[in-house]
Amino acid sequence: MTSARLDAQPAAWAESSALAGLFTQTAAIAEVELKKVLRDPTELFTRAVQPVLWLVVFGQVFSRVRGIPTGNVSYLAFMTPGILAQSVLFAAIFYGIAIIWERDLGIVHKLLVSPANRASFVLGKAISSGFRGSIQTVIIYLIALALGIGIRWRPLNIVGVFFGVALGSAIFATFSLIIACIVKSRERFMGIGQLMTMPLFFASNAIYPLSLMPRWLQVIALINPLTYLVDALRGLMIQGGESIHSLPADFGVMAVIFIILATIASRLYPTLVR
Amino acid sequence: MRFSRQQPRQRSPARETLLALVSSLCCAAMLVSLARYEILAKAPHRAHPRATISMEPMETTLQTGEAYAIKTDELTRKFGEMTAVDALNLRISSGKIFGLLGPNGAGKSTTIKMLTTLLEPTSGTASVAGFDIVRAPAQVRRHIGYVPQLLSADGGLTGFENLMLSAKLYGMPRAERKGRIAEALEFMGLTESGKRLVKTYSGGMIRRLELAQAMLHRPTVMFLDEPTIGLDPVARHAVWDRLEDLQQESQMTVLITTHDMDEADELCDELAILHQGKVAAVGEPDALKATVGPDATLDDVFAHFSGGSIQEGGSYRDVRQARRTASRLG
Repeated sequence: MTSARLDAQPAAWAESSALAGLFTQTAAIAEVELKKVLRDPTELFTRAVQPVLWLVVFGQVFSRVRGIPTGNVSYLAFMTPGILAQSVLFAAIFYGIAIIWERDLGIVHKLLVSPANRASFVLGKAISSGFRGSIQTVIIYLIALALGIGIRWRPLNIVGVFFGVALGSAIFATFSLIIACIVKSRERFMGIGQLMTMPLFFASNAIYPLSLMPRWLQVIALINPLTYLVDALRGLMIQGGESIHSLPADFGVMAVIFIILATIASRLYPTLVR
Repeated sequence: MRFSRQQPRQRSPARETLLALVSSLCCAAMLVSLARYEILAKAPHRAHPRATISMEPMETTLQTGEAYAIKTDELTRKFGEMTAVDALNLRISSGKIFGLLGPNGAGKSTTIKMLTTLLEPTSGTASVAGFDIVRAPAQVRRHIGYVPQLLSADGGLTGFENLMLSAKLYGMPRAERKGRIAEALEFMGLTESGKRLVKTYSGGMIRRLELAQAMLHRPTVMFLDEPTIGLDPVARHAVWDRLEDLQQESQMTVLITTHDMDEADELCDELAILHQGKVAAVGEPDALKATVGPDATLDDVFAHFSGGSIQEGGSYRDVRQARRTASRLG
């Protein structure tokens, strides 16, 4: 056999630990996603339109009703964290479309042929979705400032809000990824995506408190991750707002849900190319 | 008018947390069952328990130079009632460019998917670069390169960034990344365009970038699914030249699928013609031509062994894929 001028693959490449590998690979996938968003940020700005409508139009009108028991805070302040959570949900729940697109282009095939850990494809996407959520958070803070809503400016609270939004966004993006792995076509996905957003939104405490809901809706709201995101944000973001479930419970539930969803998504991701 | 204010009942945080955990677990259980249903519905009957995972190469070691780079044993894949690949037995020597020909639906893509570990066989197995595709898929992945049929380099990234992603996914140490990427870009004649976004590349350049991506980790076996489909003649020849150079320099084994008889004639040391999931003929191009007739071309060979069906077949999906590739090339 003639000696090759291009050297063979050094065996040492395979030797790095699995955890370090997962970290590098996840970071690589997330970095690619971030680069693409930052190069074409129009999507981020069009996403700002809906929350403005909700807060400026819907919120302003409904604060005059004064029929919704919101404790010590104005209705507008009450719904601000809800609208932040909602805009995060609406953006992340359609994340799966991008995966189906990448599948149709053969990008998913190429990723799956690499020896990278399957979980890194899911975690990388979740992180990048979390980053998009952070941009939405900035936008909501700006709107809230403009509307004169009392914001808690303590750094720890702000960090908490960003972390909560990132976690929530990762949950919905991963959920969306699971749906995409199951339906595998853009048309069907759009239908299901539309079908899911409104029930998730209305069966949560985003724009009215849990206490106002009939019993059956309260039960549904309790298994809705959006409820925990809104609850955490309400406790962290606005003056006078309080978390009903307590912050550790909110973050704990979200973390558990995310871990479960990410595990399922990692298992399903390879079925995309079958 | 005011709605009566309902006082929220006082609940202990512990009970609340427990309730929330239980309900989220219920939700998860629902999803798991959904996922399981999906996996069970799609997965082939698994004939191979994964109990014994051998990390050592199988009986064929590539270092001896004698062995087969790809060896399939009764490799079979069924989709429901349809048998896409039917008890395939292929032996591909290392260091060769091997062509897999066949009409649409003959089982070429399914075979490649199984050999690249994207799809599990229904029965039978194969070894690639000395590793079993069912028992040691992770080892197979480490030693193969793959260029999919569609132009799948990421248009929103530069050529360099596409390569950097591959380098990281393949576990290349940080210190080696830049040097190897520069080398791969140079090998494929893309040094000048490495900093440009891939969406500004021509189809031929994207293909060469994908070759660079697939060679970055020095695979022992390279798979190319219709590498020059949709490219103009000049770009096609450029891709062929680079591929041949690369094969010469690295001594790797190359498996390509193609519909293009010129491509098969130009590149391949050996060919197999697939028809309805089975090998209809295998041999060197000249030997195959000789079996059909004195002045036979590869087109004749193809028509002879695939039942004259070169015009037939071709599902809607193939057409759609070809069109998408074409539109991407603008």
